Amino acid sequence: MSASVSDPGPATRELSQPRAVLDADDIVRALTRIAHEIIERNRGSTDLVVLGIPSRGVPLARRLAAHITDVEGTDVPVGALDVTMYRDDLRLGPARALEHTDIPAGGVDGKVVVLVDDVLFSGRTIRAALTALDDVGRPQAVRLAVLVDRGHRELPIRADHVGKNLPTSLRESVKVLLEEVDGSDAVLLGTAKEDGR
Amino acid sequence: MNRHLLSAADLDRADATRVLDTAAEMARLTEGRAVKKLPTLRGRTVVNLFFEDSTRTRTSFELAAKRLSADVVNFSAKGSSLSKGESLKDTALTLAAMGADGVVVRHSASGAPHRLAHSGWIRASVVNAGDGTHEHPTQALLDAYTLRRHLGELDGRRIAIVGDVLHSRVARSNVLLLTTLGAEVTLVGPPTLLPVGVEHWRCQTSYELDPVLAKSDAVMMLRVQRERMSAAYFPSAREYSRRYGLDARRFGILPEDALVLHPGPMIRGMEITADVADSERSLIVEQVTNGVYVRMAVLYLLLAGEGDVR
Repeated sequence: MSASVSDPGPATRELSQPRAVLDADDIVRALTRIAHEIIERNRGSTDLVVLGIPSRGVPLARRLAAHITDVEGTDVPVGALDVTMYRDDLRLGPARALEHTDIPAGGVDGKVVVLVDDVLFSGRTIRAALTALDDVGRPQAVRLAVLVDRGHRELPIRADHVGKNLPTSLRESVKVLLEEVDGSDAVLLGTAKEDGR
Repeated sequence: MNRHLLSAADLDRADATRVLDTAAEMARLTEGRAVKKLPTLRGRTVVNLFFEDSTRTRTSFELAAKRLSADVVNFSAKGSSLSKGESLKDTALTLAAMGADGVVVRHSASGAPHRLAHSGWIRASVVNAGDGTHEHPTQALLDAYTLRRHLGELDGRRIAIVGDVLHSRVARSNVLLLTTLGAEVTLVGPPTLLPVGVEHWRCQTSYELDPVLAKSDAVMMLRVQRERMSAAYFPSAREYSRRYGLDARRFGILPEDALVLHPGPMIRGMEITADVADSERSLIVEQVTNGVYVRMAVLYLLLAGEGDVR
């Protein structure tokens, strides 16, 4: 899950203005490379299922699947896996609204599932996604593709495919903007309001 | 959203829509899955406190809580201290001592869940599973969920609720919820079975069924609650079903794609005939399935987090 960017109000110091570290073209290039990496690793697109983690992982998953389809010429099943019910921090706040879960008709049994998220941070979202996937079926393998890896893992989890490694401090926030959700494509680095979450 | 669910009136349109949307996700997360269980309420305790007989609602709540991995304790009036004359307060204190996080309560006295929620006896969230002739909000939510699945958004949809409105908590909750969601509700029944003050409810009323049926998108039949009747409200069962029962002829008056609901338990041959109850447009069995999803949504929204529901 991405951390939120503080709204730069009039009184905000210049330091906290978010700055773009990836623009729209960079994102296209990163996704194209990841798509090729996935195909290479999988030796084609057979048995691939691409699942995005809401909210911004879902449009990223669709774009990745489209790239893979462009290269391989076969349709890749793509869906969404909401992890809200499996989060370890549910008790820390009010109940969250659930996002859409949409598992492709073929299911995940025996498939190679590529989980897609925008920002890899503590690793807790991915932990939740792996538990959620457990209840859906038994994939042959699970891989992880993220647009940005900002470090600061709290669990032994790593990504197989990374768009950009972005060393950050905990006081910074990383925000991914996507055309489908936010109207434009960019990755912004700013100063977090409090603890960077 | 409130900490408790006591009345369908507690839910504004946004809250009600959130519950129904959450229920739809619950259906997606469990239907056709090998593992129909979510870990979300692990370590939480839900107490089903049923002072009045119920199979459907209690089982539905029990299943919903178990699907969310909560621990479930069932208290029913029969065979417990509740039948030995223990007061609601002492029962509540017992539950509090056991560390209940959620209490699902059914009681023959209207207002008992409200008393339980606001007396300061317990800290748990209280869900009203039917109190006297007052309300049954989760039944209204599952009816709305079922209607929404088939009709889409309920704005401007016409729903008829037919029969023993006077003794029906289902009717009261449904009028409140369905109108909140934009539907137009008409209550139909003999004058003796429409409550005093019904003219102040946000709905139409009619003593005649046929003209209402002709322009309804859905019709909800109510059971005649003999057990709550202390006087004669109509001359005979036969006359009642002739005037207000849904039989094949009346089913023919309904628009072609109109739907039939019944909160159960139904008395075949009294308010509804077997051929109508078993027809393809009858959603009576689906209502039961949907009840579990709606109750999962309610328990999730009330118990999963800390503080007010976002």
